[in-house]
Amino acid sequence: MHVPDGFLDAPTSVATGVVAVAAVGIALRGARRELDDRTAPVAGLVAAFVFAAQMVNFPVGAGTSGHLIGGALAAVLAGPFTATLCLAVVLGVQSVFFADGGLTALGTNITLLAIVAVWVAWGVVALGRLVLPRRLGVIAPLAAVAAFASVPVAAAVFTALYAVGGTTSIDIGAVLAAMVGTHLLIGLGEAAVTAFVVSAVVAVRPDLVYAARPALQQRREDLVRRSGADAALASASTTGASR
Amino acid sequence: MSALDQAQRTSASRGWRAGGVLAALALVVALAVAAVLSGFASSSPDGLESVAERQGFADRAQESEAIGPFGGYASDGDDSRLGTGVAGIAGTVTVLVIMGGAAWMVRRRGAPAEDQTV
Repeated sequence: MHVPDGFLDAPTSVATGVVAVAAVGIALRGARRELDDRTAPVAGLVAAFVFAAQMVNFPVGAGTSGHLIGGALAAVLAGPFTATLCLAVVLGVQSVFFADGGLTALGTNITLLAIVAVWVAWGVVALGRLVLPRRLGVIAPLAAVAAFASVPVAAAVFTALYAVGGTTSIDIGAVLAAMVGTHLLIGLGEAAVTAFVVSAVVAVRPDLVYAARPALQQRREDLVRRSGADAALASASTTGASR
Repeated sequence: MSALDQAQRTSASRGWRAGGVLAALALVVALAVAAVLSGFASSSPDGLESVAERQGFADRAQESEAIGPFGGYASDGDDSRLGTGVAGIAGTVTVLVIMGGAAWMVRRRGAPAEDQTV
């Protein structure tokens, strides 16, 4: 979903540009809490993988294709502020060096993919963690649901921007239906790729998965409680033996 | 030293080495996707392009110019699997350097306090 130059008028593009600059500024501050010596390299790798994966369009129905956005993937692995930065870097490189997504549309693309897709996905993850058990096993399915949701919402927000600043006057209801319908299908692909990658990383190094931190904390507490119980048991049995 | 401390310490030292291997593996996967899998991507219009065609606003799209030789994910106009693969590797490395550098600059310095490996 890379918006080219010419779809949206100048005022709308300037407005989304301002939103994008503000969001990147906020994300730079927020990402500080998500990144340390260990996770900073992860952020670079996540962005690199998202760029690579976005090159691989998969077919969705007749004559249409889609590719990963990676907003949910990046948010789950690296944290939502870092994910906003990752997607902004990917979109910037694509726009400048690959002519994929217009330069004047860069603010729009950052708004749709680096802000809307990332934070809708993170909202789903945050909600899910409120109601689901704090276990590693729920991370990948939750990431899949978040990924699925992020795609049609971003498509709907594009349509809203088009209603405000589109360069043709067309039936917005028809555009909304077509955009959301098509992107529900693409969302299934987004969910599959996201679940696959997240479950692989959770299996190998859960400590590098940002969204897994509460589950790991829970596991640590359980371990401490259990070793405390073991110690109590051991001292009780020594006391018993000395009698 | 409790068993827990021991487990934590062992896992931390193992973590650094395993982390390097895992990072290298992740990079290889990303490069392979960009270099090889990209050549097998569907060439059908993507969701937005397809909707724009059907709804009659696709002609509003303006061609943009890339800086450097990789516009349209081709290498100097070569959009064969090889040309696309080379462009993909260049882009993946560029993104890695920019985002990796940015993350390294904004990171919290020193050892992570809240989340050690168990």
